[in-house]
Amino acid sequence: MDVILFLIFAAIALVAAVNVVVQSHPISSAISLIGVMGSLAVLYLLLGAEFIAAAQVIVYAGAVMVLFLFVIMLLNAGTEARQSKSETAHLLGVPALVVFALLLVYFIHQQPESGVHFGGFTGGSAQAVGRALFTTYLLPFEVTSVLILIAIIGAIVLARKEI
Amino acid sequence: MDPSTAFYVISLIKILLVFAVLMTTLAYLQWVERKVIAHIQVRPGPYFVGPHGLLQPLADVIKLITKEDLLPPYVNKPLYLAAPFIAVSMALLSISVIPFGPEIDVFGYHTYMQLTDLNIGVLFVLAVSSVGVYGVALAGWSSNNKYALLGALRSSAQMISYELPLSLAIAAPLLISNTLSLRKLVETQGGNPAHAGTLWDWNLFHGWQWIGFIVFLIAAFAETNRIPFDLAEAENELVAGFHTEYSSMKFAAFFMAEYANMITVSAMAVLLFLGGWVAPWPAEYGSGLVPVAVFALAGLVAIYHGLHPARRMDRFSLPVVGVIFLMIAAAFLAPFTQSWLLPLFWFCAKTGAILFAFIWVRGTLPRFRYDQLMGFAWKYLFPVAVVNLLLTGLVVALVG
Amino acid sequence: MSQVPLSWFLVLSALLFALGVAGFLFRRNIITVFMSIELMLNAVNLSFVTFAYQHKDVSGHLFVFFVMVVAAAEAAVGLAIILTVFKNRGTLNIDDISSMKN
Repeated sequence: MDVILFLIFAAIALVAAVNVVVQSHPISSAISLIGVMGSLAVLYLLLGAEFIAAAQVIVYAGAVMVLFLFVIMLLNAGTEARQSKSETAHLLGVPALVVFALLLVYFIHQQPESGVHFGGFTGGSAQAVGRALFTTYLLPFEVTSVLILIAIIGAIVLARKEI
Repeated sequence: MDPSTAFYVISLIKILLVFAVLMTTLAYLQWVERKVIAHIQVRPGPYFVGPHGLLQPLADVIKLITKEDLLPPYVNKPLYLAAPFIAVSMALLSISVIPFGPEIDVFGYHTYMQLTDLNIGVLFVLAVSSVGVYGVALAGWSSNNKYALLGALRSSAQMISYELPLSLAIAAPLLISNTLSLRKLVETQGGNPAHAGTLWDWNLFHGWQWIGFIVFLIAAFAETNRIPFDLAEAENELVAGFHTEYSSMKFAAFFMAEYANMITVSAMAVLLFLGGWVAPWPAEYGSGLVPVAVFALAGLVAIYHGLHPARRMDRFSLPVVGVIFLMIAAAFLAPFTQSWLLPLFWFCAKTGAILFAFIWVRGTLPRFRYDQLMGFAWKYLFPVAVVNLLLTGLVVALVG
Repeated sequence: MSQVPLSWFLVLSALLFALGVAGFLFRRNIITVFMSIELMLNAVNLSFVTFAYQHKDVSGHLFVFFVMVVAAAEAAVGLAIILTVFKNRGTLNIDDISSMKN
């Protein structure tokens, strides 16, 4: 059951990621990226990271991608013109990519395996994340709040109308 | 039946029951809204389609189904068809974690009066409402129409701006109740069957969450695009906003999504601040007689007015309604319904009160201008929500 | 076999990262390049969470939290820069914005 879930959502994530790179209109890429983030959220649930899965949907898929969508809609970015590609790159590149991917899979499989199943890791709850965030990682947490303030000020200054 | 198939069967029955009740409630919520707004404006509202307009939602559904379902040729077809689908499915998905009552016994099987109890229930509702923004944004973009695009951009900017005060207002009662699960939220507010709760146990009272409650309600008005924050879909401002190019069932889908969102945020307000299904005083001391009294009174008033010689049109409908209310009052007296019908009554009564407040505000207030709306969110509501969270955190740290 | 081998998650993360790099190098539209960066960050998040599962330590989740915060801040500022570039150059093609070449 867990294997079936993983295969379905990993397939969706891969197809959507290929779509992000291949589609010519930025809106289609943006919506495919939302699909990648959604399926990654399900994979996080499988890995016991329930708080991070919810944060992924709320922050990444629900706010950052809406921002991307706004900018694409406001700028009315059209489709990209097809570039002239060299045939050598296609002939050599795609098989090289496949060989590289197979080598990567082989080397990763040399690691000692442990199985992932629902309930294998129960330390990903909001309580555990909150406790670690406010005790061990308190300084980075406060620094990120300053970072967000800098980002807000920077975005407003850069994007406002000069009157 | 072994426990696992029993679990699937009970879950399926619960899903069908909640779906049926929810769809009927959506249709009749629109009827209630039209009647209440009409009475605020001193006119009768829908009156002729069935007794007191009770078949008006049915007539509306038939009209919408039989209307021509246009697919304009200049729209972006996949997005155009996906947008109402996303809006409706996200609106209905968030109902699946709302608890309606305590644990009950159905033919020997223990089950919650809730479709599923996630231990990150609050985050789930927030996540689903964040994804619901895409229904609006994609509807405007795919319609290939500048009014729709403007309305969609304004509406989605409004929704994501008000998500911040909404989340901060939600965070304060979470500090008090110390849990993210919606069922445990109510249990810490007196819903624990071990000791019955009272009015004082609600987060609004012993947690002093008045400011949080008001911030939550205002942010909820803006999240669901209701007056006074509905500039993005106002008919006299932007043609019809983001659903300009939609007709028939797809248009109905957006309306269903709006009412379902209203029900969800009202239910969240009840669960977070008003104690869920906890009665104002425990059932041992007689709060079980309140619904009996309410329905019996309503039934007697309906029968009296129906038999009054001056009302000739309502000779049959009002007495029938009165008899139905008296039968419901008798149902509350039966002992085998006390454990599940009473909490359900209190939950629905509180949610209904907040929905009535939504409709009341719609009939009373004018709408904000867009820059006033956004300025209000960032300059006034957000700091108030932050201060509320800080004060709550301070008090919890000092007292708890 | 009802358990998913951990290496599958790492392979998925590597493939997503490689796709992000490919998009970053080959696309000409600046917004699509930016989205490929977000894809790379998501792939890295997946491998962080996978290793948190393997070592049963919640610190991996904390790293993901911080990566998300930084990505959100970067997206906000980056998109503001893109808006300014579009206002000044009128194009979103990164080949046409290269006024420092030649």
